[in-house]
Amino acid sequence: MSMTELKLEEKEMRQVYSETILELAKKDPNVIALDADLMSSISLNKISPQISDQVINCGIMEANMMGVAAGFSLTNKIPFVHTFAQFATRRAFDQLFVSLAYAKLNVKILGSDAGVTAEHNGGTHMAFEDLGLVRLIPNATVYEASDSTMLRKLLIQNYKEYGVHYIRTTRKKAVKIYDENETFPKGKGKLLRDGTDVCIVASGIMVAEALQAARELEKKSIDAMVIDMYSIKPVDAELLTYAAEKTGLIITAENHNVIGGLGSAVAETLSEIKPVPIKRVGVREKFGQVGKVEYLKEFYGLTANHIANIALENLGK
Amino acid sequence: MNDLELFRDQIRLWTLKQLHHLGFGHYGGSLSIVETLAVLYGKEMNVTTENFKEVDRDHFILSKGHAGPALYATLALKGFFPMDMLLTLNQNGTKLPSHPDRNLTPGVEMTTGSLGQGFSVAVGMATSLKLSGSTHYTYTIVGDGELNEGQCWEAAQFAAHHRLNRLVVLVDENKKQLDGWTKDIIETFDLADKFRSFGFWSTRVDGADMEAIHQAIIEGKEQKEKPICIILDTTKGQGIPYLEEKEANHHIRPSDEEKDIIRQAIEELEKKVSEKEAGR
Ligand SMILES: Cc1ncc(C[n+]2csc(CCOP(=O)(O)OP(=O)(O)O)c2C)c(N)n1
Repeated sequence: MSMTELKLEEKEMRQVYSETILELAKKDPNVIALDADLMSSISLNKISPQISDQVINCGIMEANMMGVAAGFSLTNKIPFVHTFAQFATRRAFDQLFVSLAYAKLNVKILGSDAGVTAEHNGGTHMAFEDLGLVRLIPNATVYEASDSTMLRKLLIQNYKEYGVHYIRTTRKKAVKIYDENETFPKGKGKLLRDGTDVCIVASGIMVAEALQAARELEKKSIDAMVIDMYSIKPVDAELLTYAAEKTGLIITAENHNVIGGLGSAVAETLSEIKPVPIKRVGVREKFGQVGKVEYLKEFYGLTANHIANIALENLGK
Repeated sequence: MNDLELFRDQIRLWTLKQLHHLGFGHYGGSLSIVETLAVLYGKEMNVTTENFKEVDRDHFILSKGHAGPALYATLALKGFFPMDMLLTLNQNGTKLPSHPDRNLTPGVEMTTGSLGQGFSVAVGMATSLKLSGSTHYTYTIVGDGELNEGQCWEAAQFAAHHRLNRLVVLVDENKKQLDGWTKDIIETFDLADKFRSFGFWSTRVDGADMEAIHQAIIEGKEQKEKPICIILDTTKGQGIPYLEEKEANHHIRPSDEEKDIIRQAIEELEKKVSEKEAGR
Protein backbone atom coordinates (compact mmCIF):
# COMPACT_ATOMS: atom_id res chain seq x y z
CA MET A 1 0.00 0.00 0.00
CA SER A 2 1.20 3.45 -0.81
CA MET A 3 1.90 6.01 1.86
CA THR A 4 -0.31 8.65 0.35
CA GLU A 5 -2.59 10.73 2.52
CA LEU A 6 -4.85 9.01 5.00
CA LYS A 7 -8.40 9.93 4.06
CA LEU A 8 -11.87 9.10 5.27
CA GLU A 9 -13.93 6.95 2.94
CA GLU A 10 -16.99 8.16 1.06
CA LYS A 11 -19.28 5.54 2.53
CA GLU A 12 -20.05 4.83 6.14
CA MET A 13 -19.41 1.31 7.38
CA ARG A 14 -23.11 0.89 8.15
CA GLN A 15 -24.04 1.58 4.56
CA VAL A 16 -21.58 -1.06 3.41
CA TYR A 17 -23.00 -3.53 5.93
CA SER A 18 -26.58 -3.05 4.78
CA GLU A 19 -25.66 -3.08 1.08
CA THR A 20 -23.74 -6.30 1.49
CA ILE A 21 -26.61 -7.89 3.40
CA LEU A 22 -28.95 -6.83 0.59
CA GLU A 23 -26.67 -8.34 -2.03
CA LEU A 24 -26.33 -11.64 -0.16
CA ALA A 25 -30.02 -11.83 0.70
CA LYS A 26 -31.11 -11.25 -2.88
CA LYS A 27 -28.84 -14.06 -4.04
CA ASP A 28 -29.70 -16.48 -1.27
CA PRO A 29 -33.15 -16.75 0.32
CA ASN A 30 -31.54 -18.50 3.29
CA VAL A 31 -29.81 -15.32 4.39
CA ILE A 32 -31.65 -13.71 7.30
CA ALA A 33 -30.70 -10.42 8.93
CA LEU A 34 -31.60 -10.08 12.61
CA ASP A 35 -31.36 -6.89 14.59
CA ALA A 36 -32.29 -5.74 18.09
CA ASP A 37 -34.02 -2.35 17.62
CA LEU A 38 -30.88 -0.85 16.10
CA MET A 39 -31.78 -1.24 12.44
CA SER A 40 -31.72 2.48 11.78
CA SER A 41 -28.34 2.70 13.50
CA ILE A 42 -26.81 0.29 10.96
CA SER A 43 -28.92 1.46 7.96
CA LEU A 44 -30.75 -1.87 7.66
CA ASN A 45 -34.01 0.12 7.60
CA LYS A 46 -32.90 1.53 4.25
CA ILE A 47 -32.72 -1.87 2.56
CA SER A 48 -35.23 -3.93 4.53
CA PRO A 49 -38.24 -3.00 2.35
CA GLN A 50 -36.51 -4.77 -0.55
CA ILE A 51 -36.01 -8.01 1.37
CA SER A 52 -38.74 -7.75 3.96
CA ASP A 53 -39.06 -11.51 4.40
CA GLN A 54 -35.39 -11.77 5.22
CA VAL A 55 -35.08 -9.07 7.86
CA ILE A 56 -36.42 -9.37 11.38
CA ASN A 57 -36.26 -6.65 13.97
CA CYS A 58 -36.17 -8.73 17.15
CA GLY A 59 -36.81 -5.75 19.40
CA ILE A 60 -34.66 -4.97 22.41
CA MET A 61 -33.97 -8.63 23.14
CA GLU A 62 -30.34 -9.39 22.50
CA ALA A 63 -30.31 -12.68 24.41
CA ASN A 64 -33.45 -13.86 22.69
CA MET A 65 -32.01 -12.80 19.33
CA MET A 66 -29.04 -15.15 19.80
CA GLY A 67 -31.45 -17.99 20.51
CA VAL A 68 -33.58 -17.06 17.50
CA ALA A 69 -30.42 -17.08 15.36
CA ALA A 70 -29.68 -20.58 16.62
CA GLY A 71 -33.17 -21.66 15.60
CA PHE A 72 -32.61 -20.28 12.13
CA SER A 73 -29.26 -22.02 11.85
CA LEU A 74 -30.82 -25.35 12.89
CA THR A 75 -33.22 -25.01 9.98
CA ASN A 76 -30.45 -24.27 7.44
CA LYS A 77 -30.78 -20.52 7.31
CA ILE A 78 -27.76 -18.25 7.58
CA PRO A 79 -28.41 -15.65 10.27
CA PHE A 80 -26.56 -12.33 10.22
CA VAL A 81 -26.98 -10.69 13.60
CA HIS A 82 -26.31 -7.07 14.41
CA THR A 83 -26.38 -5.01 17.58
CA PHE A 84 -23.87 -2.74 19.30
CA ALA A 85 -20.71 -4.64 20.27
CA GLN A 86 -21.42 -4.68 23.99
CA PHE A 87 -24.96 -5.98 23.58
CA ALA A 88 -23.77 -8.70 21.17
CA THR A 89 -21.17 -9.88 23.66
CA ARG A 90 -21.51 -8.67 27.25
CA ARG A 91 -25.29 -8.72 27.20
CA ALA A 92 -25.89 -12.03 25.44
CA PHE A 93 -22.72 -13.95 26.11
CA ASP A 94 -24.16 -17.17 27.48
CA GLN A 95 -26.70 -17.42 24.68
CA LEU A 96 -23.94 -16.83 22.14
CA PHE A 97 -21.73 -19.32 23.91
CA VAL A 98 -24.16 -22.16 24.48
CA SER A 99 -26.96 -21.90 21.91
CA LEU A 100 -24.68 -20.93 19.03
CA ALA A 101 -21.04 -21.85 19.63
CA TYR A 102 -21.26 -24.92 21.88
CA ALA A 103 -24.13 -26.25 19.78
CA LYS A 104 -21.83 -25.80 16.75
CA LEU A 105 -24.25 -23.67 14.78
CA ASN A 106 -23.79 -21.07 12.09
CA VAL A 107 -24.02 -17.33 12.80
CA LYS A 108 -22.44 -14.10 11.49
CA ILE A 109 -22.37 -11.41 14.15
CA LEU A 110 -21.60 -7.75 13.65
CA GLY A 111 -20.78 -5.81 16.81
CA SER A 112 -20.89 -2.12 15.92
CA ASP A 113 -19.78 1.06 17.68
CA ALA A 114 -16.51 -0.57 18.69
CA GLY A 115 -14.76 0.99 21.71
CA VAL A 116 -14.42 4.76 21.61
CA THR A 117 -16.51 5.03 18.45
CA ALA A 118 -19.56 4.64 20.70
CA GLU A 119 -18.83 8.31 21.53
CA HIS A 120 -21.83 9.94 23.22
CA ASN A 121 -23.48 6.74 24.27
CA GLY A 122 -20.82 6.53 26.97
CA GLY A 123 -19.74 3.84 29.42
CA THR A 124 -22.78 1.58 29.26
CA HIS A 125 -22.39 1.32 25.49
CA MET A 126 -18.61 1.35 25.10
CA ALA A 127 -17.21 -2.11 24.57
CA PHE A 128 -13.53 -2.54 25.32
CA GLU A 129 -14.11 -6.23 26.11
CA ASP A 130 -15.96 -7.72 23.15
CA LEU A 131 -12.92 -9.12 21.34
CA GLY A 132 -11.75 -10.74 24.54
CA LEU A 133 -15.09 -12.32 25.22
CA VAL A 134 -15.57 -13.80 21.75
CA ARG A 135 -11.94 -14.83 21.53
CA LEU A 136 -12.54 -17.07 24.56
CA ILE A 137 -15.12 -19.11 22.69
CA PRO A 138 -13.66 -22.29 21.16
CA ASN A 139 -13.54 -22.19 17.34
CA ALA A 140 -15.11 -18.74 17.06
CA THR A 141 -13.53 -16.55 14.37
CA VAL A 142 -12.91 -12.95 15.39
CA TYR A 143 -12.23 -10.04 13.05
CA GLU A 144 -11.93 -6.31 13.41
CA ALA A 145 -12.69 -4.46 10.18
CA SER A 146 -10.46 -1.49 9.42
CA ASP A 147 -12.19 -0.20 6.30
CA SER A 148 -15.25 -0.76 4.14
CA THR A 149 -13.56 -2.91 1.50
CA MET A 150 -12.48 -5.25 4.25
CA LEU A 151 -15.89 -5.24 5.95
CA ARG A 152 -17.60 -6.19 2.71
CA LYS A 153 -15.16 -8.98 1.90
CA LEU A 154 -15.26 -10.39 5.42
CA LEU A 155 -19.06 -10.50 5.38
CA ILE A 156 -19.08 -12.40 2.09
CA GLN A 157 -16.36 -14.73 3.30
CA ASN A 158 -18.24 -15.43 6.52
CA TYR A 159 -21.38 -16.13 4.55
CA LYS A 160 -19.52 -18.91 2.74
CA GLU A 161 -17.96 -20.46 5.84
CA TYR A 162 -19.98 -22.40 8.42
CA GLY A 163 -19.41 -21.40 12.05
CA VAL A 164 -19.48 -18.60 14.56
CA HIS A 165 -17.97 -15.40 13.13
CA TYR A 166 -17.74 -12.11 14.94
CA ILE A 167 -16.78 -8.84 13.25
CA ARG A 168 -16.34 -5.64 15.20
CA THR A 169 -16.48 -2.27 13.53
CA THR A 170 -17.26 1.40 13.75
CA ARG A 171 -20.60 2.41 12.20
CA LYS A 172 -19.28 5.60 10.70
CA LYS A 173 -16.65 6.37 8.07
CA ALA A 174 -13.33 4.60 8.31
CA VAL A 175 -10.01 5.73 6.91
CA LYS A 176 -9.52 4.15 3.52
CA ILE A 177 -6.77 1.55 3.65
CA TYR A 178 -7.45 -0.93 0.86
CA ASP A 179 -8.40 -0.95 -2.78
CA GLU A 180 -11.25 -3.03 -4.06
CA ASN A 181 -9.36 -6.12 -5.20
CA GLU A 182 -7.60 -6.74 -1.89
CA THR A 183 -8.42 -10.06 -0.19
CA PHE A 184 -8.60 -10.82 3.52
CA PRO A 185 -8.05 -14.49 4.24
CA LYS A 186 -8.87 -15.86 7.69
CA GLY A 187 -5.84 -16.23 9.94
CA LYS A 188 -3.80 -13.68 8.04
CA GLY A 189 -2.66 -10.14 8.69
CA LYS A 190 -1.75 -7.43 6.17
CA LEU A 191 1.79 -6.17 6.00
CA LEU A 192 1.06 -2.52 5.19
CA ARG A 193 4.61 -1.33 5.52
CA ASP A 194 7.83 -3.23 5.94
CA GLY A 195 10.47 -2.01 8.37
CA THR A 196 13.41 -3.06 10.49
CA ASP A 197 13.36 -1.23 13.84
CA VAL A 198 9.95 -1.86 15.37
CA CYS A 199 6.66 -3.45 14.29
CA ILE A 200 3.30 -1.89 15.10
CA VAL A 201 0.49 -4.43 15.01
CA ALA A 202 -2.90 -2.73 14.91
CA SER A 203 -6.56 -3.38 14.14
CA GLY A 204 -9.67 -1.35 13.37
CA ILE A 205 -9.41 2.41 13.80
CA MET A 206 -5.89 1.98 15.19
CA VAL A 207 -4.50 0.93 11.80
CA ALA A 208 -4.62 4.52 10.57
CA GLU A 209 -2.98 5.64 13.83
CA ALA A 210 -0.25 3.04 13.34
CA LEU A 211 0.43 4.24 9.81
CA GLN A 212 0.58 7.81 11.06
CA ALA A 213 2.94 6.77 13.86
CA ALA A 214 5.22 5.09 11.32
CA ARG A 215 5.46 8.38 9.43
CA GLU A 216 6.32 10.30 12.56
CA LEU A 217 8.97 7.72 13.37
CA GLU A 218 10.36 7.94 9.87
CA LYS A 219 11.10 11.60 10.48
CA LYS A 220 13.29 10.44 13.36
CA SER A 221 15.01 7.88 11.13
CA ILE A 222 13.18 4.97 12.63
CA ASP A 223 12.01 2.36 10.18
CA ALA A 224 8.70 0.97 11.46
CA MET A 225 6.86 -2.02 10.12
CA VAL A 226 3.02 -1.84 10.24
CA ILE A 227 0.66 -4.81 10.26
CA ASP A 228 -3.13 -4.72 10.13
CA MET A 229 -4.04 -7.81 12.14
CA TYR A 230 -7.70 -7.88 11.14
CA SER A 231 -7.89 -11.60 11.89
CA ILE A 232 -7.69 -11.50 15.65
CA LYS A 233 -8.59 -15.14 15.99
CA PRO A 234 -6.94 -17.04 14.48
CA VAL A 235 -4.06 -14.62 14.50
CA ASP A 236 -1.34 -14.71 11.81
CA ALA A 237 1.50 -16.44 13.67
CA GLU A 238 3.69 -16.61 10.60
CA LEU A 239 3.58 -12.89 9.94
CA LEU A 240 4.09 -12.13 13.63
CA THR A 241 7.16 -14.37 13.67
CA TYR A 242 8.55 -12.55 10.64
CA ALA A 243 7.96 -9.22 12.36
CA ALA A 244 9.52 -10.36 15.63
CA GLU A 245 12.58 -11.80 13.92
CA LYS A 246 13.12 -8.77 11.75
CA THR A 247 12.48 -5.97 14.26
CA GLY A 248 12.86 -7.49 17.72
CA LEU A 249 10.26 -5.10 19.16
CA ILE A 250 6.48 -5.30 18.81
CA ILE A 251 3.91 -2.65 19.74
CA THR A 252 0.26 -3.61 19.59
CA ALA A 253 -2.41 -0.92 19.18
CA GLU A 254 -6.10 -1.52 19.78
CA ASN A 255 -9.32 0.34 20.55
CA HIS A 256 -9.98 -2.26 23.27
CA ASN A 257 -8.78 -3.33 26.67
CA VAL A 258 -5.16 -4.50 26.51
CA ILE A 259 -6.43 -7.66 28.20
CA GLY A 260 -8.15 -10.17 25.96
CA GLY A 261 -7.95 -8.55 22.55
CA LEU A 262 -5.27 -7.99 19.95
CA GLY A 263 -2.47 -7.27 22.43
CA SER A 264 -3.18 -10.49 24.29
CA ALA A 265 -3.44 -12.48 21.06
CA VAL A 266 -0.06 -11.22 19.83
CA ALA A 267 1.65 -11.67 23.20
CA GLU A 268 0.27 -15.17 23.71
CA THR A 269 1.32 -16.23 20.23
CA LEU A 270 4.82 -14.79 20.21
CA SER A 271 5.68 -15.83 23.77
CA GLU A 272 5.29 -19.44 22.63
CA ILE A 273 7.18 -19.25 19.35
CA LYS A 274 9.42 -16.19 19.22
CA PRO A 275 9.56 -14.22 22.47
CA VAL A 276 10.50 -10.57 21.96
CA PRO A 277 9.55 -7.47 23.97
CA ILE A 278 5.90 -6.53 23.37
CA LYS A 279 4.33 -3.24 24.42
CA ARG A 280 0.56 -2.98 24.34
CA VAL A 281 -1.20 0.27 23.51
CA GLY A 282 -4.88 0.11 24.49
CA VAL A 283 -7.29 0.72 27.32
CA ARG A 284 -5.93 -0.10 30.77
CA GLU A 285 -8.23 -0.68 33.76
CA LYS A 286 -10.73 1.89 32.60
CA PHE A 287 -14.40 1.97 31.74
CA GLY A 288 -15.88 3.93 28.85
CA GLN A 289 -17.30 7.46 29.06
CA VAL A 290 -19.00 10.00 26.83
CA GLY A 291 -17.03 12.29 24.55
CA LYS A 292 -15.95 12.94 21.01
CA VAL A 293 -13.77 10.30 19.38
CA GLU A 294 -10.71 12.55 19.27
CA TYR A 295 -11.07 13.39 22.96
CA LEU A 296 -11.54 9.75 23.89
CA LYS A 297 -8.58 8.62 21.82
CA GLU A 298 -6.45 11.14 23.64
CA PHE A 299 -7.86 10.12 27.03
CA TYR A 300 -7.18 6.42 26.55
CA GLY A 301 -3.85 6.93 24.76
CA LEU A 302 -5.08 5.61 21.42
CA THR A 303 -3.13 8.00 19.21
CA ALA A 304 -0.31 7.91 16.67
CA ASN A 305 1.66 10.13 18.96
CA HIS A 306 1.36 7.77 21.87
CA ILE A 307 2.37 4.81 19.73
CA ALA A 308 5.38 6.70 18.39
CA ASN A 309 6.44 7.71 21.90
CA ILE A 310 6.27 4.13 23.12
CA ALA A 311 8.45 3.12 20.18
CA LEU A 312 11.00 5.83 20.91
CA GLU A 313 11.11 4.96 24.61
CA ASN A 314 11.68 1.30 23.93
CA LEU A 315 14.28 1.91 21.27
CA GLY A 316 16.17 4.02 23.80
CA LYS A 317 15.75 7.19 21.71
CA MET B 1 -51.31 22.06 41.28
CA ASN B 2 -49.92 25.45 40.20
CA ASP B 3 -46.47 24.94 41.62
CA LEU B 4 -46.39 21.51 40.09
CA GLU B 5 -47.28 22.90 36.70
CA LEU B 6 -44.46 25.37 37.01
CA PHE B 7 -42.08 22.57 37.99
CA ARG B 8 -43.25 20.53 34.98
CA ASP B 9 -42.70 23.43 32.59
CA GLN B 10 -39.28 24.08 34.06
CA ILE B 11 -38.28 20.44 33.63
CA ARG B 12 -39.46 20.49 30.01
CA LEU B 13 -37.71 23.79 29.37
CA TRP B 14 -34.39 22.65 30.77
CA THR B 15 -34.58 19.26 29.11
CA LEU B 16 -34.92 21.04 25.79
CA LYS B 17 -32.24 23.57 26.62
CA GLN B 18 -29.69 20.86 27.34
CA LEU B 19 -30.38 19.00 24.13
CA HIS B 20 -30.59 22.17 22.08
CA HIS B 21 -27.28 23.37 23.44
CA LEU B 22 -25.65 20.04 22.60
CA GLY B 23 -27.27 19.77 19.18
CA PHE B 24 -28.45 16.17 19.34
CA GLY B 25 -29.86 13.56 21.69
CA HIS B 26 -32.84 11.58 22.92
CA TYR B 27 -35.52 14.23 22.65
CA GLY B 28 -38.52 11.93 22.28
CA GLY B 29 -38.10 9.67 25.29
CA SER B 30 -36.86 12.47 27.54
CA LEU B 31 -39.92 14.64 26.91
CA SER B 32 -42.43 11.83 27.43
CA ILE B 33 -41.50 11.40 31.11
CA VAL B 34 -41.54 15.09 32.13
CA GLU B 35 -44.99 14.98 33.80
CA THR B 36 -44.10 11.79 35.65
CA LEU B 37 -40.84 13.23 36.95
CA ALA B 38 -42.70 16.37 38.06
CA VAL B 39 -45.17 14.28 40.06
CA LEU B 40 -42.45 12.12 41.59
CA TYR B 41 -39.93 14.81 42.53
CA GLY B 42 -42.47 17.59 43.03
CA LYS B 43 -45.04 15.74 45.08
CA GLU B 44 -44.79 12.04 45.74
CA MET B 45 -41.22 11.32 46.78
CA ASN B 46 -39.40 12.61 49.83
CA VAL B 47 -36.02 12.87 48.12
CA THR B 48 -34.09 16.05 48.88
CA THR B 49 -30.50 17.18 48.86
CA GLU B 50 -30.60 16.91 52.66
CA ASN B 51 -31.76 13.32 52.95
CA PHE B 52 -30.08 11.96 49.83
CA LYS B 53 -27.32 10.18 51.76
CA GLU B 54 -29.85 8.36 53.94
CA VAL B 55 -31.05 4.89 53.05
CA ASP B 56 -34.47 5.14 54.66
CA ARG B 57 -36.18 7.48 52.21
CA ASP B 58 -37.91 7.11 48.85
CA HIS B 59 -35.77 6.05 45.92
CA PHE B 60 -35.88 6.51 42.19
CA ILE B 61 -34.16 4.68 39.34
CA LEU B 62 -34.47 5.80 35.74
CA SER B 63 -34.34 2.41 34.08
CA LYS B 64 -34.78 3.88 30.58
CA GLY B 65 -31.47 5.62 31.05
CA HIS B 66 -31.38 7.37 27.67
CA ALA B 67 -33.92 9.86 29.11
CA GLY B 68 -31.13 11.16 31.36
CA PRO B 69 -31.54 14.82 30.31
CA ALA B 70 -35.07 14.94 31.79
CA LEU B 71 -33.76 13.54 35.07
CA TYR B 72 -30.85 16.00 35.09
CA ALA B 73 -33.20 18.95 34.60
CA THR B 74 -35.30 17.69 37.51
CA LEU B 75 -32.32 17.18 39.80
CA ALA B 76 -30.84 20.60 39.03
CA LEU B 77 -34.22 22.23 39.76
CA LYS B 78 -34.28 20.32 43.05
CA GLY B 79 -30.92 21.88 43.91
CA PHE B 80 -28.68 18.84 43.49
CA PHE B 81 -26.30 20.83 41.28
CA PRO B 82 -26.16 24.29 39.66
CA MET B 83 -28.49 24.94 36.73
CA ASP B 84 -25.68 26.00 34.43
CA MET B 85 -24.08 22.59 34.79
CA LEU B 86 -26.96 21.35 32.64
CA LEU B 87 -25.33 22.87 29.61
CA THR B 88 -22.36 20.52 30.01
CA LEU B 89 -24.51 17.56 28.92
CA ASN B 90 -22.31 15.13 27.02
CA GLN B 91 -19.37 17.49 26.67
CA ASN B 92 -15.89 15.97 26.92
CA GLY B 93 -15.21 15.24 30.60
CA THR B 94 -18.80 16.02 31.67
CA LYS B 95 -20.58 14.97 34.84
CA LEU B 96 -23.79 14.61 32.80
CA PRO B 97 -23.40 11.75 30.34
CA SER B 98 -26.24 10.62 28.00
CA HIS B 99 -27.05 7.82 30.38
CA PRO B 100 -27.19 8.39 34.17
CA ASP B 101 -24.09 7.52 36.16
CA ARG B 102 -24.36 7.31 39.95
CA ASN B 103 -20.65 7.98 40.33
CA LEU B 104 -20.73 11.22 38.37
CA THR B 105 -23.94 13.13 39.00
CA PRO B 106 -25.30 14.34 42.36
CA GLY B 107 -28.81 12.98 42.89
CA VAL B 108 -28.51 10.09 40.44
CA GLU B 109 -29.13 6.88 42.36
CA MET B 110 -28.16 4.30 39.83
CA THR B 111 -26.12 3.85 36.68
CA THR B 112 -28.40 2.85 33.81
CA GLY B 113 -28.46 2.84 30.02
CA SER B 114 -28.27 -0.86 29.25
CA LEU B 115 -32.02 -1.37 29.09
CA GLY B 116 -33.76 -3.74 31.48
CA GLN B 117 -31.16 -3.52 34.22
CA GLY B 118 -32.58 -0.61 36.22
CA PHE B 119 -35.87 -2.45 36.78
CA SER B 120 -34.05 -5.32 38.51
CA VAL B 121 -32.03 -2.92 40.64
CA ALA B 122 -35.19 -1.13 41.75
CA VAL B 123 -36.67 -4.50 42.68
CA GLY B 124 -33.56 -5.30 44.70
CA MET B 125 -33.74 -1.98 46.51
CA ALA B 126 -37.44 -2.41 47.28
CA THR B 127 -36.84 -5.89 48.66
CA SER B 128 -33.97 -4.71 50.80
CA LEU B 129 -36.00 -1.80 52.19
CA LYS B 130 -38.87 -4.14 52.91
CA LEU B 131 -36.59 -6.52 54.80
CA SER B 132 -35.28 -3.69 56.94
CA GLY B 133 -38.81 -2.59 57.77
CA SER B 134 -38.77 0.67 55.82
CA THR B 135 -42.08 2.28 54.90
CA HIS B 136 -40.57 4.12 51.95
CA TYR B 137 -41.20 3.53 48.29
CA THR B 138 -38.95 2.68 45.37
CA TYR B 139 -39.97 4.12 41.99
CA THR B 140 -38.66 3.27 38.58
CA ILE B 141 -39.51 4.48 35.08
CA VAL B 142 -39.28 1.80 32.41
CA GLY B 143 -39.78 2.22 28.64
CA ASP B 144 -42.38 0.27 26.69
CA GLY B 145 -39.63 -0.76 24.29
CA GLU B 146 -37.43 -1.58 27.24
CA LEU B 147 -40.05 -4.12 28.31
CA ASN B 148 -38.91 -6.21 25.33
CA GLU B 149 -36.03 -7.27 27.53
CA GLY B 150 -36.63 -10.58 29.28
CA GLN B 151 -34.86 -9.21 32.33
CA CYS B 152 -37.83 -6.89 32.96
CA TRP B 153 -40.13 -9.87 33.27
CA GLU B 154 -37.69 -11.65 35.55
CA ALA B 155 -37.78 -8.54 37.73
CA ALA B 156 -41.58 -8.50 37.59
CA GLN B 157 -41.85 -12.13 38.70
CA PHE B 158 -39.46 -11.50 41.55
CA ALA B 159 -41.34 -8.37 42.65
CA ALA B 160 -44.69 -10.13 42.66
CA HIS B 161 -43.37 -13.16 44.49
CA HIS B 162 -41.92 -10.96 47.22
CA ARG B 163 -45.15 -8.93 47.43
CA LEU B 164 -43.26 -5.68 46.99
CA ASN B 165 -46.17 -3.38 47.69
CA ARG B 166 -43.76 -0.46 48.06
CA LEU B 167 -42.42 -0.79 44.53
CA VAL B 168 -43.92 1.56 41.94
CA VAL B 169 -43.10 0.72 38.32
CA LEU B 170 -44.05 3.47 35.89
CA VAL B 171 -44.12 2.33 32.27
CA ASP B 172 -43.69 5.12 29.72
CA GLU B 173 -45.99 3.79 27.05
CA ASN B 174 -45.18 6.25 24.30
CA LYS B 175 -45.80 3.47 21.80
CA LYS B 176 -42.45 3.86 20.13
CA GLN B 177 -39.00 2.40 20.52
CA LEU B 178 -35.75 3.19 18.68
CA ASP B 179 -36.64 1.94 15.21
CA GLY B 180 -40.28 3.09 15.26
CA TRP B 181 -43.67 1.96 16.56
CA THR B 182 -43.75 -0.88 19.08
CA LYS B 183 -46.74 -2.38 17.23
CA ASP B 184 -44.48 -2.88 14.17
CA ILE B 185 -41.49 -4.25 16.07
CA ILE B 186 -42.63 -6.11 19.18
CA GLU B 187 -46.29 -5.58 19.98
CA THR B 188 -46.81 -4.85 23.66
CA PHE B 189 -50.49 -5.90 23.81
CA ASP B 190 -52.26 -4.72 26.96
CA LEU B 191 -49.46 -3.90 29.36
CA ALA B 192 -51.71 -3.33 32.39
CA ASP B 193 -53.19 -6.79 31.81
CA LYS B 194 -49.75 -8.28 31.47
CA PHE B 195 -48.58 -6.82 34.76
CA ARG B 196 -51.79 -7.87 36.47
CA SER B 197 -51.31 -11.42 35.32
CA PHE B 198 -47.77 -11.26 36.70
CA GLY B 199 -49.19 -10.39 40.15
CA PHE B 200 -49.09 -6.58 40.12
CA TRP B 201 -51.74 -4.03 40.94
CA SER B 202 -51.93 -2.15 37.66
CA THR B 203 -53.79 0.65 35.93
CA ARG B 204 -53.37 2.82 32.83
CA VAL B 205 -53.57 6.62 32.92
CA ASP B 206 -52.96 9.64 30.73
CA GLY B 207 -49.24 10.25 31.17
CA ALA B 208 -49.58 13.92 30.30
CA ASP B 209 -52.07 14.45 33.16
CA MET B 210 -50.23 14.98 36.41
CA GLU B 211 -53.37 14.75 38.51
CA ALA B 212 -54.21 11.38 36.96
CA ILE B 213 -50.68 10.08 37.51
CA HIS B 214 -50.78 11.21 41.11
CA GLN B 215 -54.21 9.69 41.75
CA ALA B 216 -53.09 6.38 40.26
CA ILE B 217 -50.09 6.24 42.57
CA ILE B 218 -52.29 7.01 45.59
CA GLU B 219 -54.79 4.38 44.57
CA GLY B 220 -52.08 1.79 44.03
CA LYS B 221 -50.71 2.45 47.47
CA GLU B 222 -54.08 1.82 49.10
CA GLN B 223 -53.73 -1.88 48.51
CA LYS B 224 -50.93 -3.45 50.51
CA GLU B 225 -50.48 -6.81 48.82
CA LYS B 226 -48.95 -6.23 45.43
CA PRO B 227 -46.32 -4.23 43.63
CA ILE B 228 -47.75 -1.28 41.74
CA CYS B 229 -47.46 -0.78 38.00
CA ILE B 230 -48.79 2.35 36.33
CA ILE B 231 -48.95 2.36 32.56
CA LEU B 232 -48.53 5.93 31.35
CA ASP B 233 -50.24 6.67 28.07
CA THR B 234 -47.76 9.19 26.70
CA THR B 235 -46.48 10.64 23.44
CA LYS B 236 -42.88 10.53 22.34
CA GLY B 237 -41.77 14.16 22.19
CA GLN B 238 -44.58 15.07 24.60
CA GLY B 239 -45.47 18.72 25.01
CA ILE B 240 -43.70 19.98 21.90
CA PRO B 241 -46.12 19.60 18.99
CA TYR B 242 -43.44 19.52 16.31
CA LEU B 243 -41.51 16.77 18.08
CA GLU B 244 -44.67 14.81 18.83
CA GLU B 245 -45.50 14.78 15.13
CA LYS B 246 -42.04 13.92 13.92
CA GLU B 247 -41.95 10.27 12.88
CA ALA B 248 -38.31 9.47 13.71
CA ASN B 249 -38.14 11.21 17.10
CA HIS B 250 -36.02 8.85 19.18
CA HIS B 251 -32.55 10.31 18.72
CA ILE B 252 -32.64 13.58 16.84
CA ARG B 253 -29.94 15.75 15.34
CA PRO B 254 -32.15 18.70 14.35
CA SER B 255 -31.59 20.43 11.03
CA ASP B 256 -31.24 24.21 10.97
CA GLU B 257 -34.96 24.66 10.34
CA GLU B 258 -35.78 22.26 13.14
CA LYS B 259 -33.45 24.13 15.45
CA ASP B 260 -35.47 27.27 14.78
CA ILE B 261 -38.69 25.46 15.67
CA ILE B 262 -37.16 24.11 18.86
CA ARG B 263 -35.72 27.51 19.74
CA GLN B 264 -39.22 28.93 19.42
CA ALA B 265 -40.61 26.24 21.70
CA ILE B 266 -37.91 27.09 24.22
CA GLU B 267 -38.80 30.77 24.08
CA GLU B 268 -42.48 30.04 24.58
CA LEU B 269 -41.71 27.83 27.55
CA GLU B 270 -39.43 30.47 28.99
CA LYS B 271 -42.23 33.00 28.77
CA LYS B 272 -44.70 30.62 30.35
CA VAL B 273 -42.29 29.83 33.15
CA SER B 274 -41.48 33.44 33.96
CA GLU B 275 -45.19 34.34 33.96
CA LYS B 276 -45.90 31.51 36.37
CA GLU B 277 -42.92 32.48 38.51
CA ALA B 278 -44.17 36.09 38.65
CA GLY B 279 -47.68 35.03 39.62
CA ARG B 280 -46.52 32.78 42.43
C1 LIG C 1 -29.81 -3.51 26.32
C2 LIG C 1 -29.95 -2.38 25.36
N1 LIG C 1 -30.17 -2.63 24.06
C3 LIG C 1 -30.26 -1.62 23.18
C4 LIG C 1 -30.14 -0.32 23.58
C5 LIG C 1 -30.20 0.81 22.56
N2 LIG C 1 -31.40 1.60 22.76
C6 LIG C 1 -31.40 2.77 23.45
S1 LIG C 1 -32.90 3.44 23.63
C7 LIG C 1 -33.63 2.18 22.75
C8 LIG C 1 -35.10 2.16 22.54
C9 LIG C 1 -35.84 2.22 23.84
O1 LIG C 1 -37.23 2.21 23.65
P1 LIG C 1 -38.17 2.62 24.86
O2 LIG C 1 -37.80 1.86 26.08
O3 LIG C 1 -39.56 2.51 24.41
O4 LIG C 1 -37.76 4.12 25.12
P2 LIG C 1 -38.47 5.46 24.61
O5 LIG C 1 -39.23 5.15 23.37
O6 LIG C 1 -39.37 5.85 25.71
O7 LIG C 1 -37.38 6.44 24.41
C10 LIG C 1 -32.66 1.26 22.34
C11 LIG C 1 -32.93 0.06 21.55
C12 LIG C 1 -29.89 -0.09 24.95
N3 LIG C 1 -29.71 1.13 25.45
N4 LIG C 1 -29.82 -1.14 25.81
